[in-house]
Amino acid sequence: MKNELIQDAELVSNYINGNENALSILIERHKQKIYSFIYSKVYDRDVTEDVFQDTFIKVIKNLKRGKYNEEGKFLPWVMRIAHNLVIDHFRKNSRMPKFDNAGEFSIFSVLSDSTLNAEKVLIKDQVESDVRRIIEELPEDQKQVLLMRMYQDMSFKEISERTGVSINTALGRMRYALINMRKVIDQNNIILTN
Amino acid sequence: MAKIYSDASPKQYNLNPKDETISLLLNYSKALSVIKYNKLKFEALLN
Repeated sequence: MKNELIQDAELVSNYINGNENALSILIERHKQKIYSFIYSKVYDRDVTEDVFQDTFIKVIKNLKRGKYNEEGKFLPWVMRIAHNLVIDHFRKNSRMPKFDNAGEFSIFSVLSDSTLNAEKVLIKDQVESDVRRIIEELPEDQKQVLLMRMYQDMSFKEISERTGVSINTALGRMRYALINMRKVIDQNNIILTN
Repeated sequence: MAKIYSDASPKQYNLNPKDETISLLLNYSKALSVIKYNKLKFEALLN
């Protein structure tokens, strides 16, 4: 192989002088060693891929900025960068441990999104408007008690004071309001679940 | 049974990065140019 004959040092200097192909040869020549080295530390293919990429991004930047002084040791230099990035990776992870959700315990069994999705919002609106329509069908006295209790959150004592009837009458009207609503729901086969 | 106190020799991995990673790096290298101005150096990504 002709490429093998060219020393790393020469390739690096060619690369610094603008020969992009030299970098390709360098990566091809050393990728396995560097990649395996990173993997032997992190034991995760995705992380290895990231660290490998970051390593060479650093290599490219340093070479282009002229920060690399050739002493015939390109590979040890790249390995040192990779090693430092592996340490950075572990430091970052110990500060902010990653929850990989791979075990038996699933974080999503505890966390849930309480906001409704679009479909559930539609269903909820539908149910609420159905209930309102059924309430409109009730006799006035029952409707009044039910609205005060359910929508205005008043106690039966307050309702009885406001409507001028006894608490028992208010309770009775509420009871009949619910019975009548159930009847309407049954008769019209209305489904009020979401 | 005799106990073996020596560590197992580190496993050798022969793994290679994905082609996409290599190609990204080569493209990054082509796109990156460092502009020198007096003593300052600026990086420019020209895609």
